[in-house]
Amino acid sequence: MEAILNQLFAGVSYGSILLLIALGLTFTFGQMGVINMAHGEFIMFGAYTTYVLQEVLGKDQITYAFLLSLPIALVVAGAMGLLLEITLIKRLYGRPLDTLLVTWGVALVLQQLARDIFGANNVEVVSPSWLDGGITIAGVDMAYNRLFIIGLSLAITAAAWVVVGKLKQGRRMRAVMQNRQLAGASGINTPSVDRRTFFLGSGLAGVAGVAITQLGSVGPNLGTNYIIDAFLVVIVGGLGHLRGAVIAALSLGILNSLAEYWSSASLGKVIVFLAIVVFLQFRPEGIVASESRGLA
Amino acid sequence: MSQFAKSFLPSTRGEWSSRATFVGVAILFLFVFPAWLSDSRLDLMSSYVAYAIVALGIAIAWGNGGMLVLGQGLFFGLGAYCVAMYLALVEVGGAPNLPQFMTLLGSQETLPALWKPFNNLWFALSAAVIVPVALAATLGTLIFRSRIRGPYFAILTQALAGAFGILLIGNITLINGTNGITTSFSEIFGLKLAEPEDQKVLYTICVIALGVAFLLSRQMLKSRYGRLLLAVRDAEDRVRFLGYSATKIKVIAFATSAGLAGVAGALFVLVGPKIISPASVGIIPSITMVVWVAVGGRASLAGAIAGAILVNTAEFEISSAAPEYWLYFQGALFIGVVAFAPQGLAGAATWLKSKITSRGDSGATSTAKPVEEAA
Repeated sequence: MEAILNQLFAGVSYGSILLLIALGLTFTFGQMGVINMAHGEFIMFGAYTTYVLQEVLGKDQITYAFLLSLPIALVVAGAMGLLLEITLIKRLYGRPLDTLLVTWGVALVLQQLARDIFGANNVEVVSPSWLDGGITIAGVDMAYNRLFIIGLSLAITAAAWVVVGKLKQGRRMRAVMQNRQLAGASGINTPSVDRRTFFLGSGLAGVAGVAITQLGSVGPNLGTNYIIDAFLVVIVGGLGHLRGAVIAALSLGILNSLAEYWSSASLGKVIVFLAIVVFLQFRPEGIVASESRGLA
Repeated sequence: MSQFAKSFLPSTRGEWSSRATFVGVAILFLFVFPAWLSDSRLDLMSSYVAYAIVALGIAIAWGNGGMLVLGQGLFFGLGAYCVAMYLALVEVGGAPNLPQFMTLLGSQETLPALWKPFNNLWFALSAAVIVPVALAATLGTLIFRSRIRGPYFAILTQALAGAFGILLIGNITLINGTNGITTSFSEIFGLKLAEPEDQKVLYTICVIALGVAFLLSRQMLKSRYGRLLLAVRDAEDRVRFLGYSATKIKVIAFATSAGLAGVAGALFVLVGPKIISPASVGIIPSITMVVWVAVGGRASLAGAIAGAILVNTAEFEISSAAPEYWLYFQGALFIGVVAFAPQGLAGAATWLKSKITSRGDSGATSTAKPVEEAA
């Protein structure tokens, strides 16, 4: 029983990382139909931002460097996303498969760039001392860094919910998501909304990157490890729905850790994949389906 | 001349010129390359020829069917592992002897049940095609039946390739994990894989296989089925409303591409580096395969072949001269071709042709711009 509870905690912890990554993807994928394969590399650059700040501020300012890196990574990754949107993605609207391939090309270039700037070897990010250690509740060992990530992901999901559900910017985003032409005809500047959404979505990848530094070392391939699972979250959750993304991220995280526990790490991924294919037989549009008159 | 014999003769000028090109390229590959290239280069070229067969399948599924297959490495790997297991057993004198890596690892006492049937050459060869086709047909039916398409399908195939790679890496005792299976010291049909003279024969086999695959694929696309596949790519719902089963049409194309990838994998372990490992089947190799086709021109079969061979040659040249630049080059190629020249080499060829012969005699309808349905 304790073993299972421990696996559940590991699953929730992995799920909350997936959620952080998938939130950004839900925005860009849901609103613009853009599959951004470079999202993983924005995570990676978010993680490297933490590393750079630590190196710049020195060993005695670990806490400041870490907390400061959350907003800075948001801006760094967001700016990279904005640049990508303006230079390439803007030209490719309505060609989702081509966007996928082009952004994969961008991902390759960014990975090599990171390798050239920071070296091919992984670098270590020192955790603030208040994230070391953990507590044990009902036999479950909860490391502080994992609890922090769960909390961060809760806070960011809440913030995203406020932005999308309550603010003017979010209302525009939803309008564009539901019907781009009609939104444009009603006076919404859709290209500007697209740019903001992309900035926000990519920025969240940067924040996810900062969180991931607490779990292991940082390397040029950091993003690729998470990106496919995050896309699966978006597919299972349903396009552009926060609620779907939350449920899907947690379910996939838990399923992942349980499947790996009961079989092996390598068979676990296959089991998760099969479960997703079976799930999509019953709900092809994901957990939360959009009401639409389209034929898709 | 009988009507039947006449049907094999080209009827238009365009037909004549495409047949002449086919014969010309066949002569280049069958006679010029073996005479001109060094033994090791020719052996590498054999593996590019095998890659070109994967590219044909991607051109059918993606270029003509609109299904972006990002998991071809899986089917390629299945074909390759099926034949590699046979070769690994031949190397040690057949079952019940253990393959070399198992003896070295000391992990197994007797030959595992999975390996036993692969002692038979014909079983291994047919499994290399049947397993990928059956898997693709099953998965394809499940996926297309629930009308999962576009980017969703692409991501699912990619996740599948990723899961397969991880599965292989995790199975050290059964199929040697990350190290994969080397086949250099084995033989097939009495041909020794390490012998330069026999390598030339294997090269010819690869080229002939590519030629046959090309002609069959071309016939498939020219048939009534090919027109339906194009129709599904451009307006799937309309095809369905006309009473066709879009699912069936798509499953056939997907399974065909998987079968071609399986054949390619089976040939791949016989030539070139003579090794199959998770490094050539996962997510990254799978998407690399799509780059070849994108460069060649996604809907064009000839373009796919040209793309596979040219990109691989470029990769070899660039990464042996300056390895750190290859990834930049590959990324730039990806971005440049897909974003700015979606018709690839085939598009460039059509454009050149129309410039030279200003008579407007361009019968190339198959390179018409693919219209993607917004997801």
